[in-house]
Amino acid sequence: MSQAGPLPIGIILGVIVFWLGIALVGLAAQRRFRLVSQVLFPLGGAGALVLAGAAFAALGQAPASLVLPLGLPDLPFHLRLDALSAFFLVLLGGTSFAISIFSAGYFRQAEGTPPGLLCLQYHMFLASMAGVLLADDAYLFMVAWETMALSSYFLVTTNHRIPEIRWAGFLYLLIAHVGAIAILLCFGAMQGFQGDYTFAAMRQAHLSGFWASVTFLLALFGFGAKAGLLPVHVWLPEAHPAAPSPVSAMMSGVMLKTAVYGLLRVTFDLLDTQLWWWGVLALGLGLITALYGVMFAAVQADMKRLLAYSSVENIGIIVAGVGLAIVFRAYGMNTLSALAMTAALYHCLNHAFFKSLLFLATGHVLHATGERNLGKLGGLIHRMPWVAIIALVGTLAIASLPPLNGFVSEWLLLQAFLFSPDLPNPYLHMLIPSAAGALVLAAALAGYVMVKFYGVIFLGRPREDKLAQAHDAGNWEKAGLLWLAAGCLLLGIFPVYVIAQLDFVTVDLIGRALGDTAGKTGWLFLTPVAPERASYSPLLFLVVIAVGVGFTYWMVRMFYHGRLRRGDPWDCGYPAQTPRMQDTAEGFGQPIRQIFEPFFVIERELPTPFDGAPRYRMTTRDRLWHWVYLPVARLAERMTSLVAVLQQGRIHVYLMYSFGTLLLLLLFAR
Amino acid sequence: MQLTISGLLYQTIQSLLLVLVAPLFLGWVNQCRAWFQNRSGPGLFQPYRNLLKLVNKDAVMAHGASGLFRTTPYVLFACMWLAAGIVPVLATDLPYAPAADVIALVGVFALARVFLALAAMDIGTAFGSLGARREMLVAFLAEPALLMVFFTASLISHSTSLTTIVETLAHREFVVYPSMAFAAVAFLLVFLAENARIPVDNPATHLELTMIHEAMILEYSARHLALIEWAVAIKLTAYTAIGIALFMPWGVIEAGHWEGLPTALGAFVAKLLAAGLGLALLETVSAKMRIFRAPEFLGTAFLLGVLGMLIRFLLES
Repeated sequence: MSQAGPLPIGIILGVIVFWLGIALVGLAAQRRFRLVSQVLFPLGGAGALVLAGAAFAALGQAPASLVLPLGLPDLPFHLRLDALSAFFLVLLGGTSFAISIFSAGYFRQAEGTPPGLLCLQYHMFLASMAGVLLADDAYLFMVAWETMALSSYFLVTTNHRIPEIRWAGFLYLLIAHVGAIAILLCFGAMQGFQGDYTFAAMRQAHLSGFWASVTFLLALFGFGAKAGLLPVHVWLPEAHPAAPSPVSAMMSGVMLKTAVYGLLRVTFDLLDTQLWWWGVLALGLGLITALYGVMFAAVQADMKRLLAYSSVENIGIIVAGVGLAIVFRAYGMNTLSALAMTAALYHCLNHAFFKSLLFLATGHVLHATGERNLGKLGGLIHRMPWVAIIALVGTLAIASLPPLNGFVSEWLLLQAFLFSPDLPNPYLHMLIPSAAGALVLAAALAGYVMVKFYGVIFLGRPREDKLAQAHDAGNWEKAGLLWLAAGCLLLGIFPVYVIAQLDFVTVDLIGRALGDTAGKTGWLFLTPVAPERASYSPLLFLVVIAVGVGFTYWMVRMFYHGRLRRGDPWDCGYPAQTPRMQDTAEGFGQPIRQIFEPFFVIERELPTPFDGAPRYRMTTRDRLWHWVYLPVARLAERMTSLVAVLQQGRIHVYLMYSFGTLLLLLLFAR
Repeated sequence: MQLTISGLLYQTIQSLLLVLVAPLFLGWVNQCRAWFQNRSGPGLFQPYRNLLKLVNKDAVMAHGASGLFRTTPYVLFACMWLAAGIVPVLATDLPYAPAADVIALVGVFALARVFLALAAMDIGTAFGSLGARREMLVAFLAEPALLMVFFTASLISHSTSLTTIVETLAHREFVVYPSMAFAAVAFLLVFLAENARIPVDNPATHLELTMIHEAMILEYSARHLALIEWAVAIKLTAYTAIGIALFMPWGVIEAGHWEGLPTALGAFVAKLLAAGLGLALLETVSAKMRIFRAPEFLGTAFLLGVLGMLIRFLLES
């Protein structure tokens, strides 16, 4: 240990070791279910809270680094804790605390992998994500990155006896590795032929425009594959439904953000120049991903697939924000770049909270009813009021409605879009504001999707009889959900304070802070650039709505006799209604299917009017399978059949190959 | 953002006034429509009589209605009230306006809409979810178009605050912005769609297959229905006031110039009457279209909004 780091990095390292310890205890006590669920998971959660606290303390401090004498003989592990790492560690700790607490009440003994092994994989996953965020050399980064991919692969395949789940896990692993290769190559390009793979050396290597662009493109592809950017988003809707819900929450809420972290680290920290077209590329790709994701979310019938596609959408929004930050940065407009970056980071944090919340809520619904299919749920607000109310908070937040958190980040991003007319480029200054339309469309469609999600699961009448037995969440689960819901509310209501913390990151990366302008008129009003330019006060907003509701209620109570009768639903006088006549998920998605028909591959199986037992079956699939994946798969198959020509299966042929290689080597080496 | 006594007073008066006058405006639109259609019409005050009638009735609520269903009318009313408080009607001296700019204003309407759509699905009837689905369909198409309109206006005034936009547009030298002409047409289309007017929806219909907004509130009765009807009237008035503020802002006074108040009031009433007349005429001469024509209709609005924005760059900068 060459240099003793200050306190926070030590604490964080301690938490990582603590998690690894929990993982080992889990491995040792594999079959002791109560120990694992009631002790180990809450302990892991406590560790997460400590980690978040330490990282939060580190936000304002100077970067601290540490060299660990682990790893290969002359390749020690370099760790570094700067504002960017600290922000993402806060995100990791704050979210995974709730997920761990929830997991304590969630995991049951009967499912696939034994609980102890699950505990091992889960805490390895947590520790590796923290490792990715702390790494300060490419070697440790890749080790942690791969550990993250593998541990999450095992978590996804918890129910490995189901073939679809094994297949989903394989797809995830495949894309994760294609992405990892791109990241590896990206680091290779970035070290500038010096042979030094520490990030410190990469910061010093001034790459030429060509090599910097190669690096950026590789990073965008590699981290994009992990984050779920088009066209490598296909693993999300397969892996998320396959995984147990806390794992989906962790992957969607936190792991996708490590990819965003990687992209930011490479683009804004390790590379010293940014070219404007990188930003346009990221912006365009982000917006297309957002629209594509939300469109597919609207037609899903499986609640976890729906949320997975919604994650694709949100990642698109985040990457669009990063793209905008790059464009502004490339033209030297640092304040605006900081604005766009703040919006992107804020959205990362928001998405971590509301998406984890919704995944955990679906997890509870899944446990209580055994159904993932929206068409067989309904009316759960009566059976599980706690979960329903908390999920409502998440639903409103993800639909980016004021005064919750989703709105703040989209508002900031739209403000950043509205500044793009100041760009000196004659085309960009026109096109980027128009592109804001795509962002708004995605946000509005997200509203549609979330009404469908919430309405079909929690409202209406139960579509199946067995739903009457569904129960509300237990105390562990409630605690986890409440923490996330409180986060959604507080992040939405005190944006000025949050931005003051995000400023540490933007100062580090861009050299500008928003805090002095964002809070210019006090903590109550958020004024990102100038008070006369735009302002928003979520707290006042909330107070006025609450006062309005209270006052109206009071007035009605004062002047109204208050008589209320219960009766059958009116429904235009139609008497013979059954719960099956409510909109199903397919029904609710039908307008979207019709409007955006060219984007889907739709297969319908319609009954004829004379069918005795009519069947209606419909599947919607992704066109990209046919446009990208199947051609690539066929190409790979053809390539392998060419390679197979070499594989004769006879020993003397292989000896010939060795001989030939030896001759060639002798020829070259002389 | 200075707090003044006169500003606070005006803020209170405006929000109350708009809420109280809203049913009258609705009555005016209905009356005009009756005249155009050669009917005698129910009179200007019919909406108030309707509200009074509803408030005196016993509420009937379906079995299985949850708390969400009962809370929604209040939330809806509060949201519209908030919207009525941030649109500059007579003066731009609104101390509350900095709490929400145009984007947040769109957010208020979205919040109200999502609550109403969820409440419609709460009972679990076929029509409720049909209405919710169609309402959300119209909304996600209309919202981008509306924001494009607002963006065009905010590019001119370099601000997304509605009061600043109005100050810029009203108090600069008189210039006709071609971009705002496109934006005005786009806004008109969005206005019709968002307020459930013909040709997108028909507020007077209960024909099952055509209704959107009415399908959502089928299960409401008595006080809850009264609140919803009232909120809808406020929304219509607030939207009209937004249109007036963006495209005909002349006469609106700034902070401290209270001597212009009578003129401002007269101008606003005249503009409101004209807008109501125009709306009634428009509704009389057009027919309701099929629901799946709505994407074309609102797509046109969106394109006009984008065109307005591009024209702003090409011709006006």
